[in-house]
Amino acid sequence: MPELGAFLAMGGYGAYVWSAYAITGLILGLLVVASLRARRSMRANLDEAEQASPRRRAR
Amino acid sequence: MTRKRQRLIGLLSAGVVLGVAATLVFQALDDTLVFFYSPTQAAERQFRPGEAIRLGGLVKVESVQHSDDSLKVWFVVTDGANDVTVTFHGILPDLFREEQGVVAEGSFLPDGTFVATEVLARHDENYMPKEVMDALREQGMLVEENGKKSY
Amino acid sequence: MAKALHRLANPARFLRIASPLLPWIAAGAAVCMGLGLWFGLVESPPDYQQGDAARIMYVHVPAAWNALAGYAGLAIASAIALVWRHPLALVAARCIAPIGACFTVIAIATGSIWGHPMWGTWWVWDARLTSVVVLLFLYLGYIALLHAFDEQETGERAATVLALIGAVNLPVIKFSVDWWNTLHQPASILRFGGPSIDPAMLLPLMLMAGGFTLLFAYLVIIRMQTELARRRVMALRRTALAMSPASDA
Repeated sequence: MPELGAFLAMGGYGAYVWSAYAITGLILGLLVVASLRARRSMRANLDEAEQASPRRRAR
Repeated sequence: MTRKRQRLIGLLSAGVVLGVAATLVFQALDDTLVFFYSPTQAAERQFRPGEAIRLGGLVKVESVQHSDDSLKVWFVVTDGANDVTVTFHGILPDLFREEQGVVAEGSFLPDGTFVATEVLARHDENYMPKEVMDALREQGMLVEENGKKSY
Repeated sequence: MAKALHRLANPARFLRIASPLLPWIAAGAAVCMGLGLWFGLVESPPDYQQGDAARIMYVHVPAAWNALAGYAGLAIASAIALVWRHPLALVAARCIAPIGACFTVIAIATGSIWGHPMWGTWWVWDARLTSVVVLLFLYLGYIALLHAFDEQETGERAATVLALIGAVNLPVIKFSVDWWNTLHQPASILRFGGPSIDPAMLLPLMLMAGGFTLLFAYLVIIRMQTELARRRVMALRRTALAMSPASDA
């Protein structure tokens, strides 16, 4: 597949182009995963606290 | 409401003071914030031979000469008004070409030539495909914006 | 105006409006970035000077724009928090900071990777690059100040003041390439005389910029939901503690 090879080579700048995109994807991906995880665990905390609360206010 | 207004006025006046202070600081620091001097600026300042500075400008057309047996190159850096001949021994960046911006780090010799220890390329803010550029060149449409090319 | 702001500043109302928007924002971000990647990496032509290395622009520039816009948002939220004392503004500011810091890191990293083949150096301390490093430190300083005090309010107040003072840096970053000689080139898009980018390259740039902006908004809302939940947990625990008999402890 010469076409794929040429695409990956990026006119000789492949290492630069792909590493720039990889770093961007990695940081953004980690940020999304960490944010979603934090929200999930905080919502679990909130459920727990609401269960334990003497006056259960509907929210 | 009055407390809010008070805080708003306080914030705005603090902003004005901060703005003025920042402007003054940056004016005072102007010299140190400049990354390079153009040939004209360098001529005005009369740098001593051997003083380490950065010189920036466009590589003059047809001024680049490569040595036959070493990595030595000679080229002229220009800002339109003044020219400086630069010598450099080493590998030039990919974007180094005639009529492109460069920044050379080094110092002047007593005879006025500039010995570069490092050459950085500066690219312009135009992005277009090669075909479009060629077409523009062919039609002689490549007008230099505001009469000056960025360097 | 103040009243409308006040209504939106009600956390319950904010959640009611923002939460249903979230899947749409996520879908928009995914579509924009997907199309942006396709047009940026496949469909768009290489640059006449820089060849394929110019494709780094499609991640570098959107990240840098959002890093700046994020700081503007942080500063505006801080001003609202300071003047009108809206608690939601502090929540927003607190949630923007880490996201903005990440976008700044992306802009610096991809810029450095782009600089090596084109300029011939990974890094120089010119006015543009230096002022963007200052931006990163402002974000990090804001986060550090938030957590530097035992009393949450003290930290918030100190961080708010830093956020507002740091806003001076925004015009410096934007105009550094015009005011001082820099290695970094001047602006291509936001400049007098219109953009100096070919339409075939402007399209992926704008798609990626839209995608990055939507992703930024998505992350801010997620983190605000988290922070509002945290505050509610704290409030519930406080009342539970206050209401429980002393023997319980």
